[in-house]
Amino acid sequence: MATSSKAPPAPLATRAWEQGLPVVVMVLMFLLVWYGGAWGMNASGAIERVLEPSGNPWTWQDLLATTLNMERPVLPAPHQIALDFWSSLVDWPIDSPRNLLFHVAVTGETTLVGFAMGTVLGLVLSVLIVHSRTLDRALLPWIVASQTVPVLAIAPIVLVILGSLGLEGLAPKAVIAMYLSFFPVTVAMVQGLRSPQVIETEMMHTYAATRWQALWLLRLPAALPFLFPALRVGIAASLVGAMVAELPTGATAGLGARLLTGSYYGNTLAIWSALVMSSLLGLVLTTLVALTEHLAMRNRRQP
Amino acid sequence: MKPRLSMSHPATATAVVASLAAASLLFLHPAAQGSSPPTALFWLLLLALGAIALWTIRRVAAIQGTHFDGVLTAALFGLWVLYFWQVLVVAFEVPRVLLPAPTLIVQSLMDNYAKLWGDFTQTVLKAVCIGWLLGSGLGFAVAVAIDRMPFLQRGLLPLASLTSTVPLVAVAPIAVMWFGFEWPSKAAVVVLMTFFPMLVSTLAGLKASGKLERELMYSYGASYSRTLWSLRLPSAMPFMFGALKVNATLALIGAIVAEFFGSPTVGLGFRISTEASRMNMSLVWGAIVVAAVTGSLAYALLVQLERRAAFWHPSIRGK
Repeated sequence: MATSSKAPPAPLATRAWEQGLPVVVMVLMFLLVWYGGAWGMNASGAIERVLEPSGNPWTWQDLLATTLNMERPVLPAPHQIALDFWSSLVDWPIDSPRNLLFHVAVTGETTLVGFAMGTVLGLVLSVLIVHSRTLDRALLPWIVASQTVPVLAIAPIVLVILGSLGLEGLAPKAVIAMYLSFFPVTVAMVQGLRSPQVIETEMMHTYAATRWQALWLLRLPAALPFLFPALRVGIAASLVGAMVAELPTGATAGLGARLLTGSYYGNTLAIWSALVMSSLLGLVLTTLVALTEHLAMRNRRQP
Repeated sequence: MKPRLSMSHPATATAVVASLAAASLLFLHPAAQGSSPPTALFWLLLLALGAIALWTIRRVAAIQGTHFDGVLTAALFGLWVLYFWQVLVVAFEVPRVLLPAPTLIVQSLMDNYAKLWGDFTQTVLKAVCIGWLLGSGLGFAVAVAIDRMPFLQRGLLPLASLTSTVPLVAVAPIAVMWFGFEWPSKAAVVVLMTFFPMLVSTLAGLKASGKLERELMYSYGASYSRTLWSLRLPSAMPFMFGALKVNATLALIGAIVAEFFGSPTVGLGFRISTEASRMNMSLVWGAIVVAAVTGSLAYALLVQLERRAAFWHPSIRGK
């Protein structure tokens, strides 16, 4: 761990073996436990609903086969989820509500719009806070304190308020995603914009740089390493916000709505597929932010 | 910052008190009580008061002083926001659905005291507390257990870090299906949400002790468990408290959102979603006040606990 930065990098194959193998083993163990769990949790239902009514004597192989292929299992087996996931992508046209990609598009759009709005708001607020002592003293403590509060609980209120103002569809959901993602950005950027050393700010001063120049040339570049981790947190929060915002509206489209309808109708497979899809969406969005970070920071040498 | 402090603090204090007195006088105006439509004079007074409010906040913010002065500014700002919220909502006759006045929210807090106390017991005392303790405890236990197994660590850590990008709260419908509508299903969601942050932080914390200290323990011939107990766990404390604080907020969010998916007819999340659909917004705000106060109190408690438990740590000592 600590020595890896000093030692010459090992060949790629060795590194992949050293780092990949434990992860692969863990995933396999996890799947094994999952299959075991599926067998154990579905057993009583399988006996009661499938094996007993058929009247024939059954062996443990029958039981195993039945528990792993139930229609409404307590815990679906991984291959069932994979099949349902795949069929939802392939068997239905892309604009059908049975296709998961349709829901991904809805939730993803909300997430990205909310995230963009939240980032802009966070950036503007942090610049204002850094330049105004009044805002710093009066507003920042409230923003920091609000991180200890379950702000997501305000989602139904935001929906009602915006709904009575005549806003429907994307806007209210994006607002919720926005206010979840602007907190981390604001707090991190205030820290980042203040990160330049005294000697650097004084040099800008001797160059007679204006506030804008100091902001653009010194403070913003110095704040980038603070910004990107906050953006990663922000986009994950934005996704949660977008999904939760779909719940109280009774929306019919989006991953959150899919989860809710799945739980209404007891459609376990649909819930699990939606869960897998939302995890994938979260991973893809975070990876996108990480890639942007890599692009933006590639010219910086690590001290 | 240029010293804008030509006047001393007593003058600022007088200004603040005088402006607040003026504000309470205006509060007695019939328009602010909602008993008569606002006149031009009322608007003029309100505008002037707004300017005065801004001025007092600037004055207090300019005090170069202790941490306390900073808190004072924020408190004054909050007070003014509450005041204008109250006056404007009443004078403008903003519909209650849109935004109830603060007094209405306080009123509904008092009227529905028993109901909200029931929600608080259901959501916070049962689901959140038990889930938070179980989840954080499990995360800690697993981290200590796999501390001596680097293979497991290398396998688990990347997967555990990935979970921070996944909307874990979406397991709520499954939890409801497995554990029923009552609080165990909410506690299960909370356990899942709090487990991974604690695991990752504890693992990071166990690596945080300095090489010098570890070599000292080695030269004492200290056993593994002795080193763990006397050196590595104490130096992991700031990491673990960090995770506990994050988890407190996560646990509240998890329990409240899980109740949106199905719950008995009690609970903060249930109250918020049902009363919002019945447009009884003052009670919704009341439930949110309860949740917000709970969150801040839990955080403050944990900060105090950290100061007691890790008082020797450099990150605490400086404060």
